[in-house]
Amino acid sequence: MNLAKRAALGLAAPVLALVVAAVVASLVLVGTGDDVAGFWKTLLTWPQGRNIVNILNASAILYISGVAAAIGFRMNLFNIGVEGQYRVATFAAAAFAGAGWLPGKLNTVVAVLVAMLAGALWAGIAGLLRTTRGVSEVISTIMLNAIAGSLVGYLLTRVGSSTGNTRSTKQIEQGSWVGGITIFGDSPTKLFGLSLVAVVVGVLFWLLLNRTRFGFDLRASGASETAAVASGVDVRRMIVISMLMSGAVAGLIGMPTLFGDAHNYGSSFQTGIGFAGIAVALLGRNNPVGIAFGALIFAFLTEQGNLLNILVGVSPDIVAVTQGVIVIAVVIAYEIVRRYRVRLEQASVGEQLEAQPAPQPKEPVS
Amino acid sequence: MSTSATGPSTHAIELRGIGKRFPGVIANHDVDITIRTGTIHALVGENGAGKSTLMKILYGVQKPDEGSITVNGKHVTFSTPADAIAEGIGMVFQHFMLADNLTVLENVTLGAEKLHGIGDSAREEILKISRRYGFALDPDELVETLGVGERQRVEILKVLYRGARIIILDEPTAVLVPQEVDALFDNLRQLKDQGHTLIFISHKLDEVLAVADDITVIRRGTTVATVEPADVTARKLAELMVGSELPSPSTEESTVTDRVLLSVSGIELRDAAGRPELTGISFEIHAGEVLGIAGVEGNGQSELVETLIGMRHPVAGTVRLRTSEEGDQDITRWSTRERREAGIGYIPEDRQRHGLLLDSPLWENRILGHQTRPPSVKGPWLDVKGARDDSQRIVSAYDVRTPGIDTTARALSGGNQQKFIVGREMSGDPILLMASHPTRGVDVGAQAQIWDHIKRARSEGLAVLLISADLDELIGLSDSIRVLLRGRLVGEFDPQTVTPQELGSAMTGAGEDA
Repeated sequence: MNLAKRAALGLAAPVLALVVAAVVASLVLVGTGDDVAGFWKTLLTWPQGRNIVNILNASAILYISGVAAAIGFRMNLFNIGVEGQYRVATFAAAAFAGAGWLPGKLNTVVAVLVAMLAGALWAGIAGLLRTTRGVSEVISTIMLNAIAGSLVGYLLTRVGSSTGNTRSTKQIEQGSWVGGITIFGDSPTKLFGLSLVAVVVGVLFWLLLNRTRFGFDLRASGASETAAVASGVDVRRMIVISMLMSGAVAGLIGMPTLFGDAHNYGSSFQTGIGFAGIAVALLGRNNPVGIAFGALIFAFLTEQGNLLNILVGVSPDIVAVTQGVIVIAVVIAYEIVRRYRVRLEQASVGEQLEAQPAPQPKEPVS
Repeated sequence: MSTSATGPSTHAIELRGIGKRFPGVIANHDVDITIRTGTIHALVGENGAGKSTLMKILYGVQKPDEGSITVNGKHVTFSTPADAIAEGIGMVFQHFMLADNLTVLENVTLGAEKLHGIGDSAREEILKISRRYGFALDPDELVETLGVGERQRVEILKVLYRGARIIILDEPTAVLVPQEVDALFDNLRQLKDQGHTLIFISHKLDEVLAVADDITVIRRGTTVATVEPADVTARKLAELMVGSELPSPSTEESTVTDRVLLSVSGIELRDAAGRPELTGISFEIHAGEVLGIAGVEGNGQSELVETLIGMRHPVAGTVRLRTSEEGDQDITRWSTRERREAGIGYIPEDRQRHGLLLDSPLWENRILGHQTRPPSVKGPWLDVKGARDDSQRIVSAYDVRTPGIDTTARALSGGNQQKFIVGREMSGDPILLMASHPTRGVDVGAQAQIWDHIKRARSEGLAVLLISADLDELIGLSDSIRVLLRGRLVGEFDPQTVTPQELGSAMTGAGEDA
């Protein structure tokens, strides 16, 4: 297969999925008697500078979350617990940074490491349960999500302070904040400094996956556990390590917002990104570049969806429906394209071999 | 079923100009076969020659792209197996399709309840068929208690029960030991005497010569000759099949050294429920020696290999390996990776599950099993160029027929997948090779090449543990043969003098008390 054909096939699935999702969303709007044309006009208007920055910030956070989920997915480990991991991690980092034991940016750096450690440990529980007791990580991570919510709530009452009716950790000192980056001069909204962590995470993820032994073992375990075992991969060890890595990356999800905007962790801190990350990872086929596109599309739809209620009186929930349909359509479309690709390849192998002359069986060695 | 004759009723089946194409593959073309009523007609050809596709066409599983099928003088087209069954054609598949937890009666009547119900009249019919052909089957016995030969008779009974007069048997002897093969042939002759027509697919030429009335040879998707057994020898048949000189597995002069390379003593393995799977396994393999393990499948061969490669761990016993750097070492507790690094190559029984990442390109499959060794890696990093270059080397040295090393493993034929695995496992100077059914499902050309590679490596001092269901391969390649029965090593044979019958007795335990 030549490069152009490969690229076309690669694009076929996501484009197909987006088209299907658009059709389904339109049908839903027709069904509810909403303004279909207005919906699409609003959704597809080029966003203003302020909205672009919001989209970029949201994409960065979603991207980190997507990578966290993808690390597990690449070895068929369904870490549904990114949500709980990042909440525990963000709380730990906020409490640590808020305490102000360390000065200035050193405080920031160590707090980020604390977040990664906390996320890794929380995910590691599920990894250990899986390898020692055979508990499905799907079940244990979902339960750990619930526990994480309650645990963080409880700890907030112990170490946090109240402002109004929200409880939060102590405000981080200004010296430890990470300043924003101005992109559009006419808008006060800035790109979170720590959003750039997403780029680092993406590059490292790509390198790890495609250029290291560990990444090969990870992919091999996901592609065929039996073949991986026979090749000498210690799958139990791989499960624990990849859960720890997945959790460590999940720990980074809250960092851009914590140090760039919120400066403390409280009951009003953004939730749900862990679940969105699963969808984004699926959308991007667990591929470092694909996840970036998935994150951008999700962030774009969410940001534009905020305008729907104001401009055309459509509930922004329709955007969530659209996002959901995209994910389902993508999963189906990828499978269809994959089968087509296998058939195409087998046919091309057959054709190319027919063109070659048949080799004569060699003389036995005597 | 009566032959509603409009044409010559002495021909049960006539196939004329049958052709079938799959994307990129011509499975059959210009197939012409005439099968006389009341005969055993053998269809021989190497794996991948197109026998199975042809039989699927005849049984209505696949539709031919061209050509005509005539059954008992009547022109027919089959869309589903039901159409074929209605014309009195039945098929016995190589892999039995029986429900273990049902009785013979229930298995036979399943799906054919309309014929004789599921009660006494069905039981009577089954007994009648069983008696007429000497099947000796009890309708009320559970299938799980039956042996392989009996299960096969249940399958044959199933098609007879449905009124088949023409029965296709797809490699019926592949699962049987020699004694059971003889019993099967007696059954087939009885069926023939009662006027049935049998189509017998095989690549075991001695069997074909022993039982068939006519033999049709298929090569590269088409019929190349139809002969009578009296007119040909096994060698001649094989040459028709391969279309060239016949490969021979026989090893010439012994290359066995006195250096013990692998020493296994007292291995005990248990399954999750604590039942013994391997008991008291002890043997040695010397450098330059091929030790063959014979046995009916399921007697502990897979468990033995998995224990030696470190995928399973024994509850007792030791495994010692002598490497040139470290000398004699106890590797009983070593992981699979440590064993592979020490120079153990592994050709797994199930290449698709254990030997390949099917959706990864060939060059990534080169890395599999060699994740810690050059040329695929440098320290913790993959060496993509090294892996690609070495894949290219394997492809040309082992004659892997592929458009390139970026092709996914899935796209290759079984024989080429296997040649790639053999090439990979021979890389990095292994000292011990564990080969489980190394030529199963591989065409004759690839088989000869794989044998050559094993022989060449052996002459350079490689020790080989060979597990195979092909007795000819075992006898031809091995320097000594041990038999595995119910998890124990029960006999030791010299391949120079042993006969398949002797091995067969040991494999079934017939000679246990002797």
